[in-house]
Amino acid sequence: MSIARTILWRGGVGAVFAVVLLPVAAVIWLSFFNQEIVAFPPPGYTWHWYANAWSKPEFVRGFLTSLQVALVSAAIGVSLGTAAAYALVRGRFPGKSALAALLLGPLAVPGVVLGTGLYVFFVQIDNAIDFQIAATLPGLIAAHALLTIPWTVRLVAASLQGLHPAAEEAAANLGARPWTVFRRVTLPMMRSGVVAGALFSFIQSFENLEMSLLLVGPGRSTLPIVMLNYLEYRVDPTLAAVATAQIVLIGLLMVITDRFVNLSRVVS
Amino acid sequence: MLDGLRRVYGATVAVDRVDLTVAQGELVALLGPSGCGKTTTLRMVAGFVPPSAGTVSIGGTNVTRAPPFARDTGMVFQGYALFPHMSVADNVGFGLEMRRVARAERQRRIAEALRLVRLDGLGDRRPAQLSGGQQQRVALARALVVNPKVFLLDEPLSNLDARLRAEVRVEIRALQQRLGLTTLFVTHDQEEALTMADRLVVMNGGRVRQTGTPEEVYERPADLFVAGFLGRCNILRGSVERPGVFRAGNAALPCDGGAPGLRSALVIRPERIAMTHAGMPASGALPGRVAMVTYLGGLTDWHVRTDAGDVLVTRPTPDDADPLRQIAVGDGVALDWNPAAGRLLPDHPDL
Repeated sequence: MSIARTILWRGGVGAVFAVVLLPVAAVIWLSFFNQEIVAFPPPGYTWHWYANAWSKPEFVRGFLTSLQVALVSAAIGVSLGTAAAYALVRGRFPGKSALAALLLGPLAVPGVVLGTGLYVFFVQIDNAIDFQIAATLPGLIAAHALLTIPWTVRLVAASLQGLHPAAEEAAANLGARPWTVFRRVTLPMMRSGVVAGALFSFIQSFENLEMSLLLVGPGRSTLPIVMLNYLEYRVDPTLAAVATAQIVLIGLLMVITDRFVNLSRVVS
Repeated sequence: MLDGLRRVYGATVAVDRVDLTVAQGELVALLGPSGCGKTTTLRMVAGFVPPSAGTVSIGGTNVTRAPPFARDTGMVFQGYALFPHMSVADNVGFGLEMRRVARAERQRRIAEALRLVRLDGLGDRRPAQLSGGQQQRVALARALVVNPKVFLLDEPLSNLDARLRAEVRVEIRALQQRLGLTTLFVTHDQEEALTMADRLVVMNGGRVRQTGTPEEVYERPADLFVAGFLGRCNILRGSVERPGVFRAGNAALPCDGGAPGLRSALVIRPERIAMTHAGMPASGALPGRVAMVTYLGGLTDWHVRTDAGDVLVTRPTPDDADPLRQIAVGDGVALDWNPAAGRLLPDHPDL
């Protein structure tokens, strides 16, 4: 009975891991096939598709654009999200729970809807004050910041909730002004939440396709959009190579982050 | 120092009309059950809770509206509230840093403070690497190192185990006396308050019930709440029949003066009652029957059923030669006390 249960349990866990990891493994495997038309098993392996991706300027440009957008929007989202999370956990004001729901809102809205809404909104602003936002880099970054805020709010709020305000009171008691208390005591104590928020914000922004599709300007496509465009007229393992590069980048980021903060502890 | 202090939360009055002056170098303990307003009072002194009415002054300066960082109080929190991301030395030095004390001077004072609480050499550790008792001493050092005008302690011993608590109690008191610290101390532990304080302030329901030296409060409780909260006591209900005689049920008991008529309560500490085997000649005594004997080690309790109600008698555990040794459950006994040992208080039905 108990052995059967153990086997069942381990099998179930293994199956879940397989579902999660197999597509990733398949993509990585595919990126080394030495044939343009994907066929199993491959006749041989090659690095050719990596060189091919590198040689195409649109991929490199897309990568740089995505990197830029993700870094800036994560920076904006983390600053605003941290401040909001602090206010939500420590503050006392009317409409607090409504504000909390609002800040998590972007998670609940489908990307296409969000993108369409923002596009219409940006065009309205363009018309009203004759200042172009739609299809500009700042517009895209602002939209991505919106996408990253909920992640920071949730992760930072979670890390703050476990913190007793007594340490902050102790700092104030020892003569620290409010800003010093925040900088020297509160912020270091919620560091794990902020770092995790930054990581997830970056990933969210870097990988976003649906919303970005509606907001990018000509020549400023992000990497996911470049990949989609490529897919429209070519199907070869080049995309798998680009995807593998992304997987490695994000995997590295997670490993580095995990060195600073225990991710599994923050997220759970 | 505190004048007519009051704090209201919605419809609840947490602290009402608290007046208190702590003299230079004095240790005053705020004592009471949880929810009595003692911690709120302390937090008003520290500046974390704004009073709804009344004033707080420290060293003659009115600080009622001053923010916590401008008050120059040194507080030790219940859970110590150490900064987990800083070393012990940085924890202790934080207040000095805020006061812009130069680095060399800071190092010297940190070392001195750590020596004072016997933690020399542990400055590089993180708080999490220390035991509970050591963390508690870091919290003390951190509050002391800045030479605050008032030292505030919020149940500082409640997270320590019993043996350590007794030790630290003595340590804090010695330190406080040696440095002449003006101290306000919050506790719900009567033993802690009795052993450490120069003066006690017994609180209940947001109000001060009695202020006095531990001896005054224990020997002459102001009301039934104080009598019952501090130490154990017998409360015999009845009324004064004539000066010197208290009538409780069928029993006429000796008392010290008193105005006849009013319903009142006679309060007697269990260790002030003398007990003899029934049949021995004793005048003015209250007869009764032993219902239970509880051995407490050094002390023994006898629960005696009498006409005036159940009475608790506590004596040092008798040796073989002591006639008390023979008294067992079911025996008839006679109780007696010095009329001055009993205290007449207005009766309070809910206590």
